[in-house]
Amino acid sequence: MSWVNAIIQGVLTGGLYALFACGLSLMFGVMKVINLAHGDLAVVAGYVALGVITVTHVPAVWSFALVVPIFAVLGYVLQRTLIQAALDRGVLTTLLVTFGLSVVIENGLLRFFSANSHSLDIGSLVSGSLHLGGQISIAYLLAAIFVVAVAVLLGLQYFLSASKHGRLIRAVADDREAAQLCGADYRHVFGIAAAIAFATVALAGIAFGMYSSFDPTIGTDQLLLFAFAAVVIGGLGSLWGTLAGGIILGVAQEVGAQINPADQQLAGYMVFIIVLAVRPQGLTGERSTA
Amino acid sequence: MSGAGPPLLEVRGLTAHYGQFCALFEVSCRVAAGDVYAIIGANGAGKSTLMRTIAGLHRPTTGAILLDGADVTGQRPERRLAGGIALVPEGRRLFGSLTVEENLLVGSSRARQGPWSLQRVYELFDWMPGRRAQRAAALSGGEQQAVAIGRALVSNPRLLLLDELSLGLAPVVVRRIYGLLPELLQTGVTVLLVEQDVSQALQAASRIHCLLEGRTTLEGSPRGLSAERIESAYFGLTSRAKDPSSGEAPG
Repeated sequence: MSWVNAIIQGVLTGGLYALFACGLSLMFGVMKVINLAHGDLAVVAGYVALGVITVTHVPAVWSFALVVPIFAVLGYVLQRTLIQAALDRGVLTTLLVTFGLSVVIENGLLRFFSANSHSLDIGSLVSGSLHLGGQISIAYLLAAIFVVAVAVLLGLQYFLSASKHGRLIRAVADDREAAQLCGADYRHVFGIAAAIAFATVALAGIAFGMYSSFDPTIGTDQLLLFAFAAVVIGGLGSLWGTLAGGIILGVAQEVGAQINPADQQLAGYMVFIIVLAVRPQGLTGERSTA
Repeated sequence: MSGAGPPLLEVRGLTAHYGQFCALFEVSCRVAAGDVYAIIGANGAGKSTLMRTIAGLHRPTTGAILLDGADVTGQRPERRLAGGIALVPEGRRLFGSLTVEENLLVGSSRARQGPWSLQRVYELFDWMPGRRAQRAAALSGGEQQAVAIGRALVSNPRLLLLDELSLGLAPVVVRRIYGLLPELLQTGVTVLLVEQDVSQALQAASRIHCLLEGRTTLEGSPRGLSAERIESAYFGLTSRAKDPSSGEAPG
C-alpha cells in the first residue's frame, strides 16, 4: 500500500512541477528564450507574497490575487526591455542575460533577506489530509495545488486555441516575419506571452511557498531543474506533455524515496536522463519540429 | 493611366545591402493605382529584396518608399499593412500549425475597411470553406499559395505584393492563380508582382521592370518592348545578333 501512496503523492507533486514548467515551456515555444532565471522568479514571487501578507494582512492563500498581476506586468516589461534587447542580439544572448538575471536575483535576495528559509503560513491547511485507509492519505494542500495546476493548463490551452491573442501567439511562434506581414507587432505578442509565463511562475512560487520552505538559492538549485526535467520529459511545446512530464518526475521521485529516502532526487534525474537519451523529443513531441 | 496625384507607390533611389553585399543599386519605380506592375529578372537580381524592402521587412541603406505620396521608409511592416501594403511572401510562409481559417483570421487582425472578408475569400476559392479547419501545413503547394493570397487580401490592401507566386507550383495551378488577377483588380487592388517566368509576367502585367544584379535594366509597357530588348535586359547582353529561336526567355 505504501507504493500506491508513493505514486499518488508523486502524481500530486507532479501538478506543482507542471505549474513551474508551463511558463518555461511557453517562453521557449514562443520566443525561443530559455529563461534561466525562471526558478529564481518563482522564489521572488514567494518573497513578494510574504511582503504582501505582512503589509495587507490578507490570508496567505489570497496573496496570489496581488502577486500574480504584479508578475504579469513585470513579465511584460522585462520582455519588452531586457529580454527583447537580448533577443535582438541573437538567441544565445538571451541565455547569458537570463543567467545574469538569475545570479543578480539570487544574490540580491541573499543580501536583503539572508540565507534563512521562509514559508507562507497557511495555518492548519498545511497539515490537513484525507485518509483513505491503509497508508494512503491525500494532503489537501497538495491536492488543491494539483487542481490549480490542471485548471491553469486548461485555461492556457483554451486561451491559446480559442482567443484572438492566443492565435496571434501561435502565429508568431510559427513565423515571426509572416506575422508581422499580417499586422502583428511581434514584440507586443512576446510581451503578452511573457506576462502569462510570469503569472504562472508566480502562482507556482506561491504554491511552493505554502507547500515547502524557500530560500534565495532554491530557485536554481531545485525549481529550475524540476521545471526543465518536466518540460524535457513531456516534450516541448505541449501543455499536456508538460503535465505528464511533471507527473512522471514526481512519481519517479516518490518511488525513489520509497526505495531509499536519499535516492529521491537521483531517481527523478535518472528518468530525465533516460528520456533524453531514448526519446529526446519528449513523450509528446514530434521528432522534427522546428 | 496615372492621374494628376502622386502614384500609389513610388520607390526613389533605393539601395539595399545584406551585410557587405549590395543587393539593390539606386532602384526607382512608380506604380500607379490599377497597375499590374511586374518585376522580372534572373535569380539573385534583387527582386525579392525589393519586395521585402517595400513591405518593411528589410531596411534600405538609402532611398525612400512613398505610399500615396507619404513617406513610409521608416515604418515597420505592421504599420505598412495598416497603411495598405500587403506582401504574399516568397515560399508562402503560412502559419503551419494554424488552420486555414486561423491563417485568414490572423491576416484580418489589422484589416482596413474594404471589400475583402473571410467570406469573400471563401467565395473566390470555393474549395476553401470545406477545408477551413485543416492545418495549413497539410495543404498542397497550390492550396497554400491560395491561402497565402487570401491571408493578404483580408487585410484589404491597396497595394498587393506577390513574390514568386509560381515558385514550385504546376503550370496549371499557376495559370489558375494568375487567372484571378482581373477579379482582384476589379475590387480596386493594385498589384506589384515578382516573377521569374517572363512570359507569364508579360501576359499579366501592364508595366514591367527588369532588374539585373540589383540594377534597373529596362522599364516600360510590355506592349512597347520587343522580345529582344527584354531578353537582353534580363540576361545583361549589350548587343546580340538576332536569333529567331530565342524569342522567349526561359522560365
